Amino acid sequence: MNKFLLGLLLVVVLIVCLVVWSLLPWYGAVAAAVLLALWLALTATGRRTLSVTGVGLATLRSRWGASSVIVIGIAGVVGVLVAMLAMGEGLQATLQGTGSADTAIVIRAGSQVESNSVLMHSDAVLIGQQPGVARDATGHPIASPEVLLAVSLPKNNGQDANLSVRGVGEEAWAVRPNVKIIAGRKFTPGTLELDVGKGVMAQFKGMAIGSDLQLGSQKWKIVGEFDSGDAFNSEIWADASTIGPVFHRGSSLSSVTVRLTSPSAFTVFKAALATNPQLKVDAETTHQYFADQAGGINKLIRWLGTTIAIIMAIGAIFGALNSMYAAVATRAREIATLRAVGFQGTPVVASVLLETMLLALAGGVLGAFVAWAVFGHFTASTSAGGGFSFTQMIFQFRVTPALLWTGIKWALAIGFIGGLFPAVRAARLPVTTALREL
Amino acid sequence: MKYFHLVWSALMRRKTRTLFTMFSVLAAFLLFGMLDSVRTSFADAGHSVSGAHQLITMSKLGLGNQLPLSLQSRLEAVPGLTAVARVSWFGGIYQDPKNFFPNEAVSANYFAVQDAVVLPPDQLKAFQSTRDGAVVGATLAKRFGWKVGQQIPLEATIWPQKDGSNTWTFKLVGIFHARDASEKSIEGVMFFRWKYFDEARQFAQGSVGWYQTRVANPEHADQVATAIDALSKNSDHETKTVTANAFTASFISQLANIGLIVGAIMAAVFFTLILLTGNTMAQAVRERIPELAVLKTIGFSNRSVLLLVLAEAVLLVVIGGVAGMLLAAGVVGGLKAALGSQLPMAPVGGSIWGEALILMILIGVVVGVLPALRGMRLKIVDALAGR
Repeated sequence: MNKFLLGLLLVVVLIVCLVVWSLLPWYGAVAAAVLLALWLALTATGRRTLSVTGVGLATLRSRWGASSVIVIGIAGVVGVLVAMLAMGEGLQATLQGTGSADTAIVIRAGSQVESNSVLMHSDAVLIGQQPGVARDATGHPIASPEVLLAVSLPKNNGQDANLSVRGVGEEAWAVRPNVKIIAGRKFTPGTLELDVGKGVMAQFKGMAIGSDLQLGSQKWKIVGEFDSGDAFNSEIWADASTIGPVFHRGSSLSSVTVRLTSPSAFTVFKAALATNPQLKVDAETTHQYFADQAGGINKLIRWLGTTIAIIMAIGAIFGALNSMYAAVATRAREIATLRAVGFQGTPVVASVLLETMLLALAGGVLGAFVAWAVFGHFTASTSAGGGFSFTQMIFQFRVTPALLWTGIKWALAIGFIGGLFPAVRAARLPVTTALREL
Repeated sequence: MKYFHLVWSALMRRKTRTLFTMFSVLAAFLLFGMLDSVRTSFADAGHSVSGAHQLITMSKLGLGNQLPLSLQSRLEAVPGLTAVARVSWFGGIYQDPKNFFPNEAVSANYFAVQDAVVLPPDQLKAFQSTRDGAVVGATLAKRFGWKVGQQIPLEATIWPQKDGSNTWTFKLVGIFHARDASEKSIEGVMFFRWKYFDEARQFAQGSVGWYQTRVANPEHADQVATAIDALSKNSDHETKTVTANAFTASFISQLANIGLIVGAIMAAVFFTLILLTGNTMAQAVRERIPELAVLKTIGFSNRSVLLLVLAEAVLLVVIGGVAGMLLAAGVVGGLKAALGSQLPMAPVGGSIWGEALILMILIGVVVGVLPALRGMRLKIVDALAGR
C-alpha cells in the first residue's frame, strides 16, 4: 500500500514537472540551472550530491554501452523532432515572409487564389485609379497587372512538376522591391526572354542563364536569375503580353498588385473597390494573402512531427530506464555504503537524476547538432501553390534556435522521466540487503 | 522448439529489463506500422486496376491549361480507345473554403471511362438525363448529410456564370460507391454535367480541362498514348497523355517524397532500437556466462548455444514487434473510423505485416549475433572460474 502511494506520488510529481517544464521559457530554464548550480555549490546536501554524482560519472566509462543507449536514443528523438519542425517552420516562413502590409493584391471576387482568377485589362486600369494607390514621380499609379500560369517542367530528378510562370510588366519590380536580379539581367519587354527565380534555378532541370526553354510552341531564352528570399523564388517571370497568348490567355490577367500610399490606406482602397459597381473583385494585403496560403500546413506538420517524436520518446524512455536501473543495481553496494555512513536520500536521488539528465543533455545536443548539420540548408519543395495548378513551392528547412531549444527541452524531459524512478529505487534500497548483495 | 522453455526462462530471468526492452521495440514497430500504412496508401494510389485502364490527355503545357473541344471527335477515331470523356476542374466551394472537396464537370459518358465507381443504373440514367444533375460519393454525401433529390449550391472559384454570379446550383441525382476499398478516396468527389457547365459559364466555352479515355487493353496503353499525342503534335494545343495511375503517382511525388521521409524516420528509429536491444542482449549474456558454461559442460554444442542466444534475441524483438504492429493496426483502424476514408492510411494488412516480420527477425539476428558468438566461444574452464 505504502509502495503504491509512493508510486502515485511520483507520477503526480512527474506530470507537474513536465507541465511546468513544457511551459518554461528559456530564461526560466537558465534560472533553474543557476539555482541548481548554487544549491550544488553552497549547501551541504548539494555538495554531497556533487560528490556522489562525481563518483557516478567516473564509473560511466565502465558502462559506456548502457550510457550510449541513453545518449543515442535521445539524439534520435531530438533529431527527428527538430527536422520535422524545421520543415514546417521553413514552409511557413517562406509564405509568411512573402508580401507586405503596404501592398495589396486584387483578384476576381470568389476566386480565393490568384491562379483561379481572371481579370480583364479594363479592370486593371480601373483598379489602379482607386483611392489609396500610390503614384510614381510622373503621376502614374504604381499598380502591376499580372497573369499567373502553370507549366509542367522536369525537375532535377527527372520527374515533371508544375511551376508558376508569372507574366508581368515593368511595375512588377516596382511593387516588389525585394525581388533583385542576382545574375544576368531583366527580360526585355516584347521578346521571348525569361527571368528565373533562385529556387527554380536550383530545383529544375536545364535551368541556366543563356539556355533555352521550350514553352508551348516557342523557344524562350533565360536571361536572368532573381532572388526575393520568399515565395517568388519558386516562379519564372516573363513579359505578360508575350506569354499570355502562348497559354491561350490572350490579354486576360490573374491579379493586380498595387502599392498603397500607406498600410492604413488599405481600408480606403478595399472600400472603394467594394462600392465600385464596375468591379467584382476581392482585395487583401499581400502579407495577409500569403499568410492565408500557409493555412494549416505548418500546423499539420507540427502535429505529425510531435506525434512521431512522442512515440519515439516512449521507446527512448524505456531504454533510459533500463540503463539507469542497471546502473543503480551495479552501484547498489556503493550507494548502500553511502547510506550506511549517514548520507541522506536526497543526495542519492539527486545524483542519479543529475547523471541521467547530463547524458540526456548530451543526447539532445547531439541530435540537435545532427539535425542542424543535415537540414540547416536543406531545400525541399511541395505542391502548395494553391488552386488547381498545384504549383511547386520551393522552401528551405529552417533550423531555428527556438527549435534547437525545443529539442533540448524534450531531451531533458526524457532524461528526467528515465532517471526519476531508478533514482528513487536507489534511495530506497534497504541498506542491509544491498550490502549483502553480490 | 524443444528448447523453447530454456529460451523463455532466459528472457524471464530479469523480467523488468525484458519488459522495458519490449516496450521500446513496441514503440518502434508501432511507429513503423503507422508510417508504413501512410507510405503504402500513397504508393498504392498509383497502382490501381481501374487506373491502368484509363488515360488522361492534358495540355502539354501542364494541367490548368485548357484543350479545345474539337479534339473529342479526333480522339474517338483513335484505335484502341473504347470511350472518350471530357472533364473540367470546377473547384467550387460548399459554404466554406475549409469544406474543400474535388468537384468536376464531366461529360454524360464519364462513367463508361471511370469504372472505379459503382452507380445504380437508375441513378446513372437520371444523371445522363438531368441537365443540372450531379452525383457524389458516399463519403461526401455522409459528410454533409446530402440526400438524393436535394439542391446543392456551390460557389465558383474559377468559373462564374454568364451573369457574373458565382453561385451554381446542382440537383443531386445519385450517390456512388467505390468498386474497390483501395479506391475509397473517390467517394469524396462530386461530378456534374459538363454540358450544363459549358453552356452556363461566362468565358472559355468549348474548352476542356482534360480528356479521360478508356483503353481496351492496358498493355497497349503506351502505344495508344503516343498515338493520341501525335494528333496534336506541332499544333498550338499539344497534349501529354499518361495513364491515370501515372498521373496520380506524379501528383503525389509533387506533394512530397513520402517514401524518403518515412525511410529517413524509420532509419533513425531502427538504428537507436538496434543499439538499445543490442545493449540489453549484451548485458543478458554477460551476466549469464557461468550458466552458458554449465550448458556446455552438460553437453550442449557450441552451435546450440549460439542458436539459443540468437533465438532469445529474435523472440525478444518479435514479441515486442508483434505487439507494436497489433497496436498500429488498431490505431490505424480507429483513426480511419473516426476521421473517414479520406485519411491517407492503408489498412495494416499482409504486405506491411510481411515487411515488419522480416525486419523483426533481421533486427533480432543483428542484435543477437555478437552476444551469441561470445556465448559460443566461451571456454568452459575460464567461464566457470569467473575469468
